[in-house]
Amino acid sequence: MFTSLNSIKDLEKKTYEIRESVIRMLANANAWHAGSNLSIVDILTVLYFSFMRHDPKNPEWKDRDRFILSKGHGCATLYAVLAQIGYFPKEELMNYRKSCGMLEGHPNMATTPGVEMSTGCLGQGLSAGVGMALAGELDKKTFRIFVLIGDGESQEGQIWEAAMAAAHYKLDNLVCILDYNKCQSGWRIEDAMRIEPLTLKWHSFGWYVIEIDGHNIQEILDAFGNASDVKGKPTVIVAHTIKGKGVSFMEDVVEWHARPVTQEDGERALEELAYKKSKL
Amino acid sequence: MKMRDAYGKALVEIAKENKDVVVLEADMYRGCGVKLFYEEFPERFFTMGIAEQNMVGVAAGLAASGKIPFVNTFACFFLRAIDQIRVAVAYPALNVKIVGGHGGISTGPDGATHQPVEDIAVMRAIPNMTVIVPADPTEAAQATRECVKHPGPVYMRFTRPDIESIFDENYRFKVGKAPLLRQGSDVTIMATGIMVSFALIASDLLAREGLGVRVLSCSTIKPIDKKMIIQAAEETRAIVTAEDHNILGGLGSAVAEVIGEGCPVALERVGVRDCFGQSGKTKELQRIYRLTAQDIAKAVRKVVKKKRKC
Repeated sequence: MFTSLNSIKDLEKKTYEIRESVIRMLANANAWHAGSNLSIVDILTVLYFSFMRHDPKNPEWKDRDRFILSKGHGCATLYAVLAQIGYFPKEELMNYRKSCGMLEGHPNMATTPGVEMSTGCLGQGLSAGVGMALAGELDKKTFRIFVLIGDGESQEGQIWEAAMAAAHYKLDNLVCILDYNKCQSGWRIEDAMRIEPLTLKWHSFGWYVIEIDGHNIQEILDAFGNASDVKGKPTVIVAHTIKGKGVSFMEDVVEWHARPVTQEDGERALEELAYKKSKL
Repeated sequence: MKMRDAYGKALVEIAKENKDVVVLEADMYRGCGVKLFYEEFPERFFTMGIAEQNMVGVAAGLAASGKIPFVNTFACFFLRAIDQIRVAVAYPALNVKIVGGHGGISTGPDGATHQPVEDIAVMRAIPNMTVIVPADPTEAAQATRECVKHPGPVYMRFTRPDIESIFDENYRFKVGKAPLLRQGSDVTIMATGIMVSFALIASDLLAREGLGVRVLSCSTIKPIDKKMIIQAAEETRAIVTAEDHNILGGLGSAVAEVIGEGCPVALERVGVRDCFGQSGKTKELQRIYRLTAQDIAKAVRKVVKKKRKC
């Protein structure tokens, strides 16, 4: 097993290490999706380093909690977390998006230890989460399923098919986290296709709804704790986040969804993150 | 007997021995033959509502957790979940069995929307996917058993109308094997699904004209039985394919690919000629779209002439 981080301060420190790792990966691969990756760092750090039951040395452990990154384009963060916690060597991160490596541009469960579902075409992860939750109930297992979806992704009809199914089957072992960073690939959400009133939608679909600041470690921890106590219905955590969080020139700028991170961008971002980390 | 009923019965038998087998359906459980499963194993039966994309995704999640999900709806409706089949099922090679009922024009009065002529082509083009089209109820039941033993994604396509028995109880279906139904050295008919029974009738008609017609049942379209096809091409030098599906992308294309690379010989394809169907009785539609035993026989006469010229 790994040593879980129990203090807010340790978790906060870890979020900086993950952000640094993500920036290095993106700059190394000249990859895009910086904004979408940085908005989910805090949530994934809390999940993997503090909340989920899992064993990096035994990724196939039957009783493990499962995490599905439905917004697959945020996988640099998932890979950074999986490497830091011991699913595979950190050196692999420099092969992200490179041919013959194990880290695809979007998650592939067949090549990457710790990746629970292949995703990347949006709208699909929550359905797989419903399937895993049903399997857990069928086998009378106590493992829990966490699925992270995007806000732009919520425009996909399949998300709402899955939302309906999860409530129908009363899947209280399923938690959906909505990364509400208010931006999608080329637009602000409200300009592309309005998804509000979002919490009302989830309420009306039969889910227990928690709304939090997705960058506040304590609120994230509390939300996962509360979700565990909900019985008879699935929980959605609507996490208000900032696209590009942590790197000031990327924050809340739509363009950083699809703009490749250059070496120069990377150095600038790392400088800022190092400074912020030293101030913790 | 209907293929779907043989399938449903087999699935119940399998599920008695294998507790990992589960069934999902999108409000088509009667039409897909899985009502019996629901009655026997309600706890392993999941209604998914009329939401095919989610159903396929849920099946992927179940398979990732060690279950063997059989996903059921009409073949035409799986076409709206191709992205889910591609990414969530085929890409990670998950053990999901996709069972499409009511394949082809023979579906009848519901019309073109419910008569998929593209499904085999689409499924065949997806990496990691196995494609099985049984020819009769016995084979449907056996294919169901075999695909449980065969790890990874499988697409199985059934036909709606009653089909006469072709195979007896001693027959053993094997994934990737095309059973030889008739021996003959003048020409080979390679048929799939409902067309296999018509191929047999055609071979009887042609025998009276002195033609020795070999008949292969291409029950597995992918992986196609290259060995049997090449052997037939080498020995008979003329091939007719027959399918209740578009001639583009289905069995006809698969066979053309194999002989084109391995042993180019004369070929005629019987199938839907790249058009949509329409409402009507099954027999009527088979006549209109030239999918009858007579149409196969006509194609055989044509290919034999072609063979002489080649």
